[in-house]
Amino acid sequence: MTTNETLIKVENLQKSFENVEVLKGVNIDIKKGEVVVIIGPSGCGKSTFLRTLNLLEEPTGGHIYFEGNDITSKSSNINLHRQKIGMVFQQFNLFPHMTILKNMTLAPIKLLKKSKEDAEKEALKLLERVGLADRASSYPSQLSGGQKQRVAIVRALCMQPEVMLFDEPTSALDPEMVGEVLEVMKSLAQEGMTMAVVTHEMGFAREVADRIIFIDEGIIMEEGTPEEVFGNPKSPRLQDFLSKVI
Amino acid sequence: MLENNRFDFIIDGLKNTFLITLGSLVLGVILGVIVAVVRSTYDKNHTHLKKRGGISYFLMSILNKICQVYLTVIRGTPVVVQLMIFYFIIFAKSDDGIAVATFAFGINSGAYVAEIFRSGIMAIDNGQFEAGRSLGLNYIQTMLYIIVPQMFKVVLPTLCNEFIVLLKETSVAGYVGVIDLTKAGNTIAGRTFSYFIPLITVAIIYLIVVMILTKLVGILERRLRNSDH
Repeated sequence: MTTNETLIKVENLQKSFENVEVLKGVNIDIKKGEVVVIIGPSGCGKSTFLRTLNLLEEPTGGHIYFEGNDITSKSSNINLHRQKIGMVFQQFNLFPHMTILKNMTLAPIKLLKKSKEDAEKEALKLLERVGLADRASSYPSQLSGGQKQRVAIVRALCMQPEVMLFDEPTSALDPEMVGEVLEVMKSLAQEGMTMAVVTHEMGFAREVADRIIFIDEGIIMEEGTPEEVFGNPKSPRLQDFLSKVI
Repeated sequence: MLENNRFDFIIDGLKNTFLITLGSLVLGVILGVIVAVVRSTYDKNHTHLKKRGGISYFLMSILNKICQVYLTVIRGTPVVVQLMIFYFIIFAKSDDGIAVATFAFGINSGAYVAEIFRSGIMAIDNGQFEAGRSLGLNYIQTMLYIIVPQMFKVVLPTLCNEFIVLLKETSVAGYVGVIDLTKAGNTIAGRTFSYFIPLITVAIIYLIVVMILTKLVGILERRLRNSDH
């Protein structure tokens, strides 16, 4: 599904918290339709990297180009870009005071100026796709973790994003619920959605990723196809990491 | 003059007490939300805004300073003094005591409500904020649609207690010539030279109203606990 059109271009990205340097110059191009899986030991900066892509973390250096626009420049309106960059969080972050349907239609109605009817119709179609149409009028607290995360994914999809960022989407789930969320992500990938996924699910990475990025010590230590990364890891750090997680 | 309609006089006083309390509560809540949003916005973002510099940091700093001064002055002086300053100095030309008292108590209550709201905003998980922003909502929209509604749920019991406190605080409205419940009782006492019955009546009315409100807050708290949405 990968095309030659670059959707996100990251140049020498740096991020420090106080005096701790988390990202020390990351360079990467993400092509339209590509599924990039980011792996690495905990604390290596992979989540921070993902969160800088929609500026939830403000980079301290470098540039991020989204659809050719430098979103790190002061003059860019990040709110407009974020509408096209969906994000799924480890802790789901559904809005507890709204029904599932309201969770999904809030942004399309307020930002894309869709009518309530249209937004709800589209939301229901998406809910149907993930098998949760009957929960439209439930509140998040009435759903299981796996259901919440599926809702969180379709909530982001309601904005018709160009790319989806997944920040450890299955890490907070009970083991028996991991599968249902990965299934949804897999089908998204098959439809050609551009995705950047931080995960510890190596099976998913191997099966779905077009490219795997191994981040360690704030830089991209190694990258390649799943076959290259899992079959023939070059750096000792990656070999060590893989021996621990697989 | 009061012989036959003493009770009506008390009832009118109670009405004024309710009027001032409700009016100042509304004003206090509006003011409180604004001040709380400004203060928590500044607390959360000032290092980030400072780095970016420019007009937004300057503006936020000024707004935050104004809010801080407001909180310090209002919470640092007695409400009676504030009330008299409003009535005899700032609105010296107005003879509508109830309106001025409502305004004064509203300004006063806003300071306390603001701190209640601020703690409520701080209690909301930051993930909620990030989820809103990641969808493309701007700061104000995220506050308005996502944070503030959840904050209200968190602070509702505390807010109701503030309402009860406010009700009792309005008993000083008599200082600026408003016939509230307390003033009504005191007036009757002064005219009849009998303090016992009027003042005890007033006390009992306050007590009954407060007990009813406390009961309602209790029911509300239980219902909030039972429903987790």
